[in-house]
Amino acid sequence: MTASRLGLRFAALGYLAMLLLVPVAFVFYRAFEHGFGYAWHAVTTPEALHALELTLLIAAIVVPVNTVVGIVLALALVRGNFRGRGVLNAVVDLPLALSPVIVGLAFVLLYGRGGWLGGFADHGLKILFALPGMVLATAFVSLPFVVREVVPVLREIGTEQEQAAETLGAGELQTFRRITFPAIRWAVAYGVVLTTARAIGEFGAVSAVSGNIEGKTQTLPLYVKAQFDGFDTAGAYASSVVLAMLAIAVVVTLRALHPKEETPMEEAT
Amino acid sequence: MSGITVIDVAKRFNGFTALHDVSLAIPEGSMTALLGPSGSGKSTLLRVIAGLERPDSGQVLIGGDDVTDQPARARGVGMVFQHYAAFKHMTVYDNVAFGLTIRRRPRTEIRERVHELLELVQLEGLAKRYPAQLSGGQRQRMALARALAVEPSVLLLDEPFGALDARVRKELRAWLRRLHEEVHVTTIIVTHDQEEAMEVAGQIAVLNEGRIEQVGSPRELYDAPANEFVMSFVGPVNRLGEGFVRPHDVELRQEAEEGSDEAMVERVVHLGFEVRVELVRADGERLLAQLTKEEAEELELERGQIVHLRSSRTRTFSR
Repeated sequence: MTASRLGLRFAALGYLAMLLLVPVAFVFYRAFEHGFGYAWHAVTTPEALHALELTLLIAAIVVPVNTVVGIVLALALVRGNFRGRGVLNAVVDLPLALSPVIVGLAFVLLYGRGGWLGGFADHGLKILFALPGMVLATAFVSLPFVVREVVPVLREIGTEQEQAAETLGAGELQTFRRITFPAIRWAVAYGVVLTTARAIGEFGAVSAVSGNIEGKTQTLPLYVKAQFDGFDTAGAYASSVVLAMLAIAVVVTLRALHPKEETPMEEAT
Repeated sequence: MSGITVIDVAKRFNGFTALHDVSLAIPEGSMTALLGPSGSGKSTLLRVIAGLERPDSGQVLIGGDDVTDQPARARGVGMVFQHYAAFKHMTVYDNVAFGLTIRRRPRTEIRERVHELLELVQLEGLAKRYPAQLSGGQRQRMALARALAVEPSVLLLDEPFGALDARVRKELRAWLRRLHEEVHVTTIIVTHDQEEAMEVAGQIAVLNEGRIEQVGSPRELYDAPANEFVMSFVGPVNRLGEGFVRPHDVELRQEAEEGSDEAMVERVVHLGFEVRVELVRADGERLLAQLTKEEAEELELERGQIVHLRSSRTRTFSR
């Protein structure tokens, strides 16, 4: 190995370490600085537990919905032949381009008093500063991940396998279940991981629509921020560790599900 | 088993006409080739018959029933694609069993039928492999077994050997012919390779620019082509003035004769029994002559030599 390649590798690893490993390690260190007991106590207060529950609840609603919607959107984008497909394609990327805070504020304007959809509140359906609003905001910011993972795979597999299934007597649903879905399942799984990670970690959009009411509409990231602002840094770090553990658990679960060596997909003639 | 009738089928794609009112009759139990250059509409015609493409007008009849409005899955066709369309996440066994599984046949029946078919296509030992672990030829035989599993009334092959190398292609052609003799299902094979069409098919339909130019046996097409396109597509051809002539019908002489043309020998290629002589005429037109070894030796052909050529089998077509 030449010196320049060694240097390049060192620089890349160093960059990664400074950006990712050191801060995360530091969070872990600070969380357990005062002992495991203190950290455990900090994350098991009723407020912290409620925040954790709320975060998991939102993820449990948003992830399945966005997975189904994401697959349908990907199919429409790749296989559909309709006017406005280009527009739809651009719109799907919008949540990635927009700052989450702006998304949240847009929701506040839309559903708030005097907003176009503000009438819901008068009919007893509270959206803003309540669970529905937080779910909507989280769903919006985490929408693109499944779509963006599935689209290239759908493009790559083409339609021949589906047509073969059709000539063999399979209906559309059978074709999807037996041919299309198995072909895209790892892309879907990866999209689900990214969606989950985003849903769990979302701060900006949720912060704008939730009202941040402790024990009511405070998700775990909001709770971390509140603790931090309240100078309870150890508590904030302890809750951060919980968030980090959740993220790691999602990734590890996927790794465990994924076969060690995917059967080679390239054409061997 | 059943014959196929195509009546006045037309198909356009965004202003491009792939098929102009095509009619064709395919006899029951036959093997028919749709032969033509790329873009001639042969694959589109096959996909219309399969039900994967809806014609803009016209009818498709399979076994006397009008299936024009039926979806592909209801037509009872078996289709084989150029790039195999193997179900990559399924084993060879599951690929072949697919159509039967969809039809909810009893498991023991499926197992019997699949093993029967794997034997037929000579893949007995490979049932548990995945398509990625097979060679191209093996994958295509698996695709054929999969198509045959549902006992289709017609078998449709879309450039089935197009993605394979020349040696495997030749082997599979001979194998397909034997298979057809065994199974006798009405078969259509799409190909752009005239040699392949002539070798496997009893009837050939030559397509060009969305129209059928001629339908006939390989011999009829070769000996009595209906027009210049068919003549030049089903075999090598030389232009001789207003007429066309096959290279093996070009006769070479040392001395001028009545009606003979002069040409210069540009290259002599010895291919064992056959000798190919490349000629150039005074007006710059190039010609190819095929001689036997003996004929060539008698003429003592050399590069740069002037010879006299004639042919009694020149063909002219009215335009």
